[in-house]
Amino acid sequence: MAGYIVRRCLYAVLILIGVNLLTFTLFFAVNSPDNIARLNIGGKRVTADAIEKWKAEHGYDKPLWFNAAEPGARRITNTIFHDRSLRLFTLDFGSSDSGRDIRHEVGTRIQASLALAAPMLVLTVFVSIAFSLLLVFFRASYLDFWGTVLCVVMMSISSLFYIIMAQWLFGKTLRLVPLSGFVPGIDLVKFLALPLVVGIVFQLGSEARLFRAILLEETNKDYVRTARAKGLSEAVVLFRHVLRNAWLPVLTHVGALLPYAFLGSIVFESFFGIPGLGTYVIEAIGGQDFAIVHTMVFLGSLLYIVAYLLTDIAYTFVDPRVRLT
Amino acid sequence: MPSFVFLWTDFVLWLVVLGVAIYAWRVRGNRHALATWRHVTHDAPAMAAAVVLGVFIVIALLDSIHFRPRLPAAAGAAADAPTAYATRTVSVLDTLLAHAVEAREKTYSVPLAWWSFQRETQVVDGVEVRDFPRLAHGGAHLADPARDWVPDLVRRSLSGVLAGLAGGLLVCAGIAALRGRTRGGFAASARDIVRGNTELPWRPMLATLLAMAMLIGWIAALWPWYHPFGTDRTGNDVLFQALKSIRTAVVIGSLATIATLPLAIALGILAGYFKGWVDDLIQYFYTVLSSIPPILLVAAFVLLVNVYIDQNADSFETGVERAEFRLFLLTLILGVTGWSTLCRLLRAETLKLAELEYVQAAHAFGVSHWRIMRRHILPNVMHLVLIVAVLDFSALVLYEAVLSYVGVGVDPNSSSFGSMINLARSEMSRDPAVWWNLATAFTFMLALVLSANLVADAVREAFDPRARAFRPRRFRLKEAT
Repeated sequence: MAGYIVRRCLYAVLILIGVNLLTFTLFFAVNSPDNIARLNIGGKRVTADAIEKWKAEHGYDKPLWFNAAEPGARRITNTIFHDRSLRLFTLDFGSSDSGRDIRHEVGTRIQASLALAAPMLVLTVFVSIAFSLLLVFFRASYLDFWGTVLCVVMMSISSLFYIIMAQWLFGKTLRLVPLSGFVPGIDLVKFLALPLVVGIVFQLGSEARLFRAILLEETNKDYVRTARAKGLSEAVVLFRHVLRNAWLPVLTHVGALLPYAFLGSIVFESFFGIPGLGTYVIEAIGGQDFAIVHTMVFLGSLLYIVAYLLTDIAYTFVDPRVRLT
Repeated sequence: MPSFVFLWTDFVLWLVVLGVAIYAWRVRGNRHALATWRHVTHDAPAMAAAVVLGVFIVIALLDSIHFRPRLPAAAGAAADAPTAYATRTVSVLDTLLAHAVEAREKTYSVPLAWWSFQRETQVVDGVEVRDFPRLAHGGAHLADPARDWVPDLVRRSLSGVLAGLAGGLLVCAGIAALRGRTRGGFAASARDIVRGNTELPWRPMLATLLAMAMLIGWIAALWPWYHPFGTDRTGNDVLFQALKSIRTAVVIGSLATIATLPLAIALGILAGYFKGWVDDLIQYFYTVLSSIPPILLVAAFVLLVNVYIDQNADSFETGVERAEFRLFLLTLILGVTGWSTLCRLLRAETLKLAELEYVQAAHAFGVSHWRIMRRHILPNVMHLVLIVAVLDFSALVLYEAVLSYVGVGVDPNSSSFGSMINLARSEMSRDPAVWWNLATAFTFMLALVLSANLVADAVREAFDPRARAFRPRRFRLKEAT
């Protein structure tokens, strides 16, 4: 298993280099360093001198890929690409184009993101599994039929509708919860209640349908028939046998959702005014702040890779037959 | 003759229609494929949804023939003067609904209203009054709105719904008569349909058709006189906006799905067939792409496109052309960033297929790699392509709304459900809330996505027999038989 993890980590480095190359090419195909400087200095103070000065301060005064003026290996190392990318691997994110320390920003914002996203992930999976268990327990009944119909209808509605309607109903009309915002401490519960509920409801349709399919696939297997033939009650069959075997596909799915728990949902955070990583990304895209976008892409990819690795390792705990080689 | 404008999106959309028609024609001649598709055509909810989807697609296609109308010759112009064309590009749908485009109000108005949403200072009998002014077009034909409004609405609604019902029944009778020619006459055919005793699920399909006909009749009766779904902030008819948005949604849903196919199919089959370093390289490619958060990737590409369009602003003759070009590029972007899921599936399937005996036999006969992939592997993975494509359609329609919200969606000038919802966000916080924009976008989007989802489910069940086990059943007894 140790060898497996080491190999996966090496591959992860390779992937991250690819991600960096891609982001870098995309971003600088759009913006030249001069453009970025002009955008950040802003207003009437843009002069050729000011641009050069800004570029020198922020490390944009080098060639993008290849520095012909330097000798030997420094031709590659003394470039913007090298400076910007390699640093990321040591988790040193540098400062944003507007001069703020990115690591500090990410550090504070990830807490806000996690405060919303972590409970949302756990509760969504829990509620969806509970709902799909209900449907599977009463399968081939009216409850199952209409429950599945409800799922299809719910997954056909845009997430924006859920948010706008919930804000209007609970925030504006009934005044149960504040519309949006974020305060530290115990009052946070009031601010997070609405986005949490909306997040769960909006994902319930597709998640419950998926879990229902996973569970139903298990119930058609031979061991379930054996369990029933032994005279076990349906509840015991479902909870002790089926659920345990369905963990593997469920885990795969949850693993794929994990990076979003950290990165935060862009839509939810901006609608509910939560100062997390999602709003950070939106602001960076709007302001064309390459340093932030670059860092966030790197971070997102890193989390994605780590999530997949964790999922693989979790397999071995859920199913002892799985060996990582 | 008006001067026809060929837009990229129109061209590709019609190409897709042609492709589907050719596919349908080929399925007719293939017994095996016909049997699979019969699973879809015998599925009652899917076919009823297909009727709704069909109406949406017809509207989208009507909105996809663009031209610049010919201007009337100027008075006193020479007979051989060159014909002048309008500077605005319009579609067939725009011309059909010309009255709705022209019937602009000043600002918001409630659905079916004759009064404006905002008070204005008016001079009545020499005295200044602050009151809700009458609309320029909505209910302008009423002599005394306070007295005539409700009776007029009821009368027009009833006649519209009845006319729609009559038209719908006529279509139903026509279908029954057509069926009856080979199935014992009109009466027998009609009886079978009413009892739901037909091979195709005609009863739910015709019921849906009747409901749609009544709705269309109701709208057709009221639209020339009122704004059935109200007007938006700048006084545009909301219903018209929603109808225009259908095309954007259909274009994004279909073209973006199709844009994923070439890369996904080519790379997926290559990786699964050749294995080794080709496989490693392609896997590396899609792992890199799929490990970047999708919204960030799309945003980066869209920024790129925006700069390109700004630099080449001169090459677009009209605003519509620019907006369309941007929409076209957006579908390409969604295609380039979204192929990894399908590619992964196709790779896994090809890995399995390449080990099968018939492929080994083809190798032994000396069939070339290219020919094996094209003749022996591609046809056997097409069901996966079809399933993923139909499932993607509705997901992309929903995704468009989110992208527009983040600010990397369609051109701000072209109407889309995403931009309608975005506006609704601030409208709902007004007092009293402006709800009709959101409600209209919600209704249209739900109808479109839901019907697409139902059809997609039926297609998946037809092509993936395992999925049939997940179908919810209402009756325990029926299952046993």
